[in-house]
Amino acid sequence: MREDYEVIIGLEVHAELATHTKIYCNCTTEFGSDPNTHCCPICTGMPGTLPVLNEKVVEYAVKAGLATNCEIARFSKQDRKNYFYPDLPKAYQISQYDLPLCKDGHMDVTVEGKQGNYKKRIGITRIHIEEDAAKLIHDAYTGDTLVDMNRCAVPLIEIVSEPDMRSAEEAVAYMQTLKSILEYLEVSDCKMQEGSLRCDVNLSVRKKGETKFGTRTETKNLNSFRAIYNLIEFEANRQIEELEKGGVIYQETRRFDDVKGIGYAMRSKEDANDYRYFPEPDLAPIVLSEEYIADIQNHLPEMPHIKKERYVQMYELPEYDAEQLTNSKKIANFFEETITHWNNPKAIANWIMGDIFRKLNEAEIEIDACPIKPKDMAKLVELLDKGVISSKIAKQVFEEMFESGKSPEKIVEEKGLVQISDESAIKEIVTKVVENNPQSVVDYKAGKDRALGFLVGQVMKETKGKANPKMVNEMLLEILNQS
Amino acid sequence: MSVSKEEVKYIARLSKLYLTEEELEKNTHDLSSIIDFANELSSICVDNVKPTAHILDIQNVFRKDEVEPSYEREKILQNAPTKDAGCITVPKVVE
Ligand SMILES: [Zn+2]
Repeated sequence: MREDYEVIIGLEVHAELATHTKIYCNCTTEFGSDPNTHCCPICTGMPGTLPVLNEKVVEYAVKAGLATNCEIARFSKQDRKNYFYPDLPKAYQISQYDLPLCKDGHMDVTVEGKQGNYKKRIGITRIHIEEDAAKLIHDAYTGDTLVDMNRCAVPLIEIVSEPDMRSAEEAVAYMQTLKSILEYLEVSDCKMQEGSLRCDVNLSVRKKGETKFGTRTETKNLNSFRAIYNLIEFEANRQIEELEKGGVIYQETRRFDDVKGIGYAMRSKEDANDYRYFPEPDLAPIVLSEEYIADIQNHLPEMPHIKKERYVQMYELPEYDAEQLTNSKKIANFFEETITHWNNPKAIANWIMGDIFRKLNEAEIEIDACPIKPKDMAKLVELLDKGVISSKIAKQVFEEMFESGKSPEKIVEEKGLVQISDESAIKEIVTKVVENNPQSVVDYKAGKDRALGFLVGQVMKETKGKANPKMVNEMLLEILNQS
Repeated sequence: MSVSKEEVKYIARLSKLYLTEEELEKNTHDLSSIIDFANELSSICVDNVKPTAHILDIQNVFRKDEVEPSYEREKILQNAPTKDAGCITVPKVVE
C-alpha cells in the first residue's frame, strides 16, 4: 500500500451465542442437522406467536460487555429492523437500535507490525443482541433458492468497533483478541468456518494529514483471519487507485471472494438501509440490577492477558511462550492440567508449542481432540526428566503416543526403550567402540573435536539410542584422555 | 395530502409491492388520512412524560434455556407454496 495514504477500518463482528436454545423459542441451536427440523411457529414467524427472551442471551451479552470494558445498560429494549428478504420469515429481524445492552468499551491488542510488535487500544462502540437469519442455498440444477430455517433466531451478539484500526495487521489482531476473549468466556464457540463468528469490514482511505474521513464501503461476511487480511489489502488498494485516477468511492455493500482474491459490489440495493426501526411490542424491556451485573462481573473467568502475566510470574515462562499458551483457552487448559501431573512448566510448554502444535496442524485438529491426554504428556516429560528414556527416544515415544493414544510407560515397556543407565553395560559398549575406531581416537588426540561426536554416535547406534548420553560422554572422555 | 405519491411508491418498493396508478391514488389517500389521524397525538404536550418502551408496565420477561422438541418438518412446510429437499423454495436470490 502507498505510504502517503492512511486506511481507516472499523469491524462489525457477529458471534453466535453458545446457548442450547434459540433466542425466543425452545428449538435447539445444534449445528448441522437436516434442514428445517429445528423449527417451530415462533422461529418461522407464524402470525399470532409470542417470542419470549432466553435469559442466557442477556447473561452472555453482559459477560462479553464486561470483558471488553463496556458500560452495561441498566435499561435496554429490543427493536424491529424491517427488511424484506427470504432469509427472514417475519420480514423483520429483532435487534436493538437506540438502547443496546453494552456500550463504550475497549480492548487492548498486541499487533504484529512489520517493524515489530506494539500494543494498541481499540474502542468498542456497542454490543447488542439480535437473531440470526435463515440459510439460503442456491440450487444450481433448478435455479431456485432453498430456504433452511434451522439457523433462524439463533442468538447473536453484534460487536461494533470504533474506526480505530489503521492496517490489516491491526484488524486481524483485534479479531484474534476478540475471538480469544469470547472463547474464554464460553459465550460462543467461535468456529469461523461454520460461520459462528464472522465479520463485516468498514473501510475508507484518506491522504495522510487529512482529518475528514473518506467515503467507506462495507464488505460483508468474512469468515477467516486470512480473508480479513486479504480483503483489507485489496480494498485499500482499490480505493487508493480509484482516487488517484480521479474517480469517486461509492458508499456500497461489497463481497469478497477469498479464493480469487477479488472484491465486488453487490447488486445495488439503494433502499436497503431504510430499516424503519421501531420498538418491538411483543418483548418487554430488559432492566438489570446492580446485583445482577456485579454477580456476573465477580464470576468472569481469568482473561487471556491476565493469565499470560500469571504464567510469566508463576511459571517463569518467557513472554512469548506465555502468549502462545494463553491465546486459546483450550491450550491453556491442556497446559495447566499437564503441569498438575508433573511440575516442569518450561519443558511442558516446549513440547506443546513444538511437537504438539506441529502434529495438530498436520492432522488439522484442535487440542481437545489431541490423542495425547495431559496426564500422558506429563508422564512422558517425567520419564525423560528422571532419565528413564533419552530425549531421542522421547521423540519416538511421542510420535507413537500420537498415533496410538497409548500411555508412554506402555510404549516404553512394549518396545524395550528404557534408557541404559547401567554403568558396566555402557562401559562395555564404549570400550568396544573405542577399540573398533582407532582412527577416531587419533583424530581426537590431534584436537579434532568432531571425532568425539562420531564416537558418541557409534555408541548410540549400538544401543539403538537407549544409552544415557550424559554417561556416554563422560565415559568416552575418561577413556580417551587416559589412553 | 400529508403523504405524497412518491413516498407511497417508495414504501411500496421497500415492501416489494407493485401498485397500479389507481391503487397508488387510493393508498395515498388512505395513508394520508391515517397519518393525519395519528398526528393528532402531536398536539399533546409530552415534556414530562418518559418515553414508552412497552405499553404494559412489565419488564424482564425471560425463559429458561431448555430445549424442547421442535415441530415435524412436514408441519413447518405445510403452508409453503413450493418446496424441495426439505426446504421452502423461492425464486433465485443468491448472487
Ligand atoms: Zn422455534
